[in-house]
Amino acid sequence: MRLFIPMFRKEFIQMRRDRLTLGIMVGVPVIQLMMFGFAIQTDVRHIPTVVFDESRTPTSRDLIAAFENTGNFRIVAHVDGRDALDEWIGKGDAQAGIAIPHDFPRDLARGTTATIQVVVDASDPLSSQAALAAAAGVAQIRNLAILSAAAHRTELPLETRVRPRYNPGLRSPNYIVPGLVGVILTMTLVLVTAMAIVRERERGTLEQLIVTPITKTELMLGKIAPYVGVGLVQMTTVLLLGRFVFDVPLTGNVLLLYTIAFIFIVASLAMGLFVSTLVRTQQQAMQAAFFFVLPNILLSGFMFPRQAMPAVFQWIGAVLPLTHFLKVLRGILLKGVGLPELWREIAILLFMATLLIALSVRRFQKTLD
Amino acid sequence: MNDVAVETRHLTRRYGPIVAVRDLNLSIAKGEVFGLLGPNGSGKTTTIRMLCGLIAPTEGTAIVAGVDVREAPDKIKELIGYMSQRFGLYEDLTVAENMDFYGGIYGLEGPSRRGRISEVVAFLGLDRRLDQLAGTLSGGWKQRLGLACALMHQPSVLFLDEPTAGVDPAARRGFWQTIHRLATEQGTTVIVTTHYMDEAGRCGRVALLSQGHLIALGTPDEVAQQVGGQDLEDAFIILQQRDEQEQQT
Repeated sequence: MRLFIPMFRKEFIQMRRDRLTLGIMVGVPVIQLMMFGFAIQTDVRHIPTVVFDESRTPTSRDLIAAFENTGNFRIVAHVDGRDALDEWIGKGDAQAGIAIPHDFPRDLARGTTATIQVVVDASDPLSSQAALAAAAGVAQIRNLAILSAAAHRTELPLETRVRPRYNPGLRSPNYIVPGLVGVILTMTLVLVTAMAIVRERERGTLEQLIVTPITKTELMLGKIAPYVGVGLVQMTTVLLLGRFVFDVPLTGNVLLLYTIAFIFIVASLAMGLFVSTLVRTQQQAMQAAFFFVLPNILLSGFMFPRQAMPAVFQWIGAVLPLTHFLKVLRGILLKGVGLPELWREIAILLFMATLLIALSVRRFQKTLD
Repeated sequence: MNDVAVETRHLTRRYGPIVAVRDLNLSIAKGEVFGLLGPNGSGKTTTIRMLCGLIAPTEGTAIVAGVDVREAPDKIKELIGYMSQRFGLYEDLTVAENMDFYGGIYGLEGPSRRGRISEVVAFLGLDRRLDQLAGTLSGGWKQRLGLACALMHQPSVLFLDEPTAGVDPAARRGFWQTIHRLATEQGTTVIVTTHYMDEAGRCGRVALLSQGHLIALGTPDEVAQQVGGQDLEDAFIILQQRDEQEQQT
């Protein structure tokens, strides 16, 4: 492993000299964090809502106010026909519609079941779910009030007290920012090393390199080593911004987090290196890297819960380093858990890093055949 | 056999049905400047790459600096220097950084690396270019830097694959003087491929390759006389045409 050091030094000088790439690697996390951190809100509120109130009575107006008071609905228009309501939703000017029939106040007064209709644009899963839940909630509260009045009760027979642990405010940034640390590291690091070997091949420097006694392992490790430092700088940047801009807590052991991050970064770089040994040109490397990055975002549990996925996709997710690192990030940052809870993830990441480096070394031929 | 630097025994390389090098038998002495001549596709580059351990022979073998290319292609890399027609160094590193890197991966450390770098710098006159980025050098200087990096570990055999492609005549002359100094002063064996017949004339012996096999071998004068040509260039063309006719019939 003696020849690792000159290789590392060479890569380090080249990395330092390539100011643009270096700037992108440090700038991209900042921009992405600011963008996604502010943009992604999983708790959908103020859904634009259109109302078709056929009855036009104080009772119906009272109900509409109840919908608005949940904070989930924002009334954008009153229309006077069912067709107009559908048109608003069809055009996307509203995502929900409330239709109150003419009979509503009469049925309510009589004590028969009064029906109202809530139409939801389900082409957008998150907001339609939020609208459905909120609509059901409005009805339930109304029902309870009416029933308990009829039964002359002032106390509820049953109450569920929900405690959202680890993120009591149900804040999106607490959920998104730790995930973004992993996603940003994966995106930039896989891409940068995917280019590593093919760049040397394209520039003709690989031919000169392989007539020297440097071994494949020395070459590979020397290539990724400087970027481990870059990865740690990226992570620190995102964590600091997360802490001071988005107020994301840092509950657990920072040293443990960095130790596991180190392993994860090596695994991501090794993944890029592996891509690099599969392709012949930098352009192919770029495309292949994107092909690797997208499943990382969609199947790792960053955006969508893995429990909801079919078993096959849970398995695919399980072979991505990011899936396991996300557990570590959320575990340490939000839950404050430590080694006893995370040793499995550490073992898996270590195994992946080793395997990916071994595969890359095997795939890479130190010949021109 | 201690004075033999390179010996090929029935060296053959096939790419599918195409025979790039066919049954090549050569013996090159230590300190010799040996030229491999031939048109494009004659097998020069394939031969050199096999001798450097970059590609494996399909049949036969070669002994380079006492090591069998089949058995220990990695061991050979410590003993030889190689410079290709394409500038293979890092254009975003300076001259000094390139030399330092190659010194490093040839296993030189600390004072011995610094000592060797200053020797090579003095030998090739690179001292005023040390801090220049390799990418900004002219063709002639790039080639000197390439040579410098290939010489860091004092190889006993030096392979040069069309080293003077894209280099101006004055720089080419200087380069050949350097090659001869290496061979005479340091006993380095130099194996060089070239298109230029005036350069071939500067070799001690030359081998003419055509379509993967050897068609003439000897000093430039001997090769010229073998076919009754006036000079090497005549001989080259005559032999090549004769060979192509034979292959067609």
